[in-house]
Amino acid sequence: MEHKGINLTLKVWRQQNTTSNGEFVTYQVKDISQEMSFLEMFDVLNEQLIQEDKEPIAFDHDCREGICGMCSMYIDGKPHGPWQANTTCQLHMRAFNDGDTITVEPWRAQAFPVLKDLVVDRTAFDRIIQAGGYVSVNTGNAVDGNSLPINKNDADASFAAAMCIGCGACVAACKNSSAMLFLSAKVSHLALLPQGDPERQSRVVNMVAQMDKEGFGACTNTGACEATCPKEISLSNIARLNQEYLLAGLTSN
Amino acid sequence: MTWKEVFTSSVGKKLVMSFTGIFLILFLIVHVGLNACIWANDNGTMFNAGAHFMGNNVVPRILEIGLFAGLILHIIQGLMLELSNRSKRGTVGYAVSYSKGSKWYSRSMGLLGTIILLFLCLHLYNFWLPNRANQGFLLGEEINLYAKMQEVFSNLLVVIIYVLGCLSLGYHLAHGFQSAFRTIGVHNKRYNAIFTTLGYGFAVIVPLVFALMPLSFYFGWIN
Repeated sequence: MEHKGINLTLKVWRQQNTTSNGEFVTYQVKDISQEMSFLEMFDVLNEQLIQEDKEPIAFDHDCREGICGMCSMYIDGKPHGPWQANTTCQLHMRAFNDGDTITVEPWRAQAFPVLKDLVVDRTAFDRIIQAGGYVSVNTGNAVDGNSLPINKNDADASFAAAMCIGCGACVAACKNSSAMLFLSAKVSHLALLPQGDPERQSRVVNMVAQMDKEGFGACTNTGACEATCPKEISLSNIARLNQEYLLAGLTSN
Repeated sequence: MTWKEVFTSSVGKKLVMSFTGIFLILFLIVHVGLNACIWANDNGTMFNAGAHFMGNNVVPRILEIGLFAGLILHIIQGLMLELSNRSKRGTVGYAVSYSKGSKWYSRSMGLLGTIILLFLCLHLYNFWLPNRANQGFLLGEEINLYAKMQEVFSNLLVVIIYVLGCLSLGYHLAHGFQSAFRTIGVHNKRYNAIFTTLGYGFAVIVPLVFALMPLSFYFGWIN
């Protein structure tokens, strides 16, 4: 495979802290290997900035394997960049051409305030999970998997929902800054399993209440979240959440 | 959880939009079916008989109150949701926006709804208001609605506004129809496929038939 170095112009959002006003700053990076990931390109840029005695750009990252949900970045108008079903850390520089200008912004949502540069506070998601996104009974040691028969289709649908890594791309992509795809993935993955059944009503009610409290918008089923989700969480999970909510509303005490 | 809590959360507000939306879709079927009688080519006899049945019968008139209640709820809730959702982005918006992930009309329900509302004001002013005023807003003598249609749709500007109103209605329905069923919890793939197809069909056919009414009068396609 041919090794090719490309030169890029980066327009990156810089913001000192939550309360300060941010602005775009333009940087040039040269001879970037196309085998690099997008984050590695940022590492190169940050080393360059350190050598120039400037403050490096703050950005979130952890596993760099596409599974932790830590990386964010709104790249050229799309969360996690141009590739489908992909996280920023798995976006490689072969997605770009020599001479490109790339605009990098943080997730924009009232519920995700910017902490610094490209880092936003996503603890709202943690609080939504705490409001009910788990099974609260003490289950003791793991029982034999085959002792509790589960329909294969339900198990698969539940697993597909559990793929959500909580990165917040759905909120970033949504015109309403709604967290419904995230919330519906969490509600669906437990609602489809017998373990999640006893608390299904209180779970959906409490989690929706917490989502509203955090200041996310309401869902209008545009599908922008599904189109950008790195784990391809289906929009049908939102319809399932709606059903769970409606049934809880009609039948709970 | 109280009933108030059920219908005032973000999901509950969407449920209100969905239920009222489906109710208004049902109304459109009645409205378009009855108005299609103008094409009977009998100088409005069948149409006026249908209009008389609806306008001078206590049951449709009670349903009319429900229709206005549903309509007003849909409009107010929709506008409030639009304003609330717009504020959730925070103080700084995106410099670059991506549009390939969703359809433009799905993102523009507030705008399309507002255009429909403006059209509706004209529409009620043209037909509903003079007719009900003639009835004293109770059960009484109606005006000749067929003749009224001929009169109103002789004005090209009015015809253009009606066609644009129908176009907005079509795009509003293209998203609204299937979205309403998702909101009430239809997540079964087979049913979703039915409602999506049905939604697109409804969104094309019903507004098209409505738009053909002013056009038929203006271009003299009806005797």
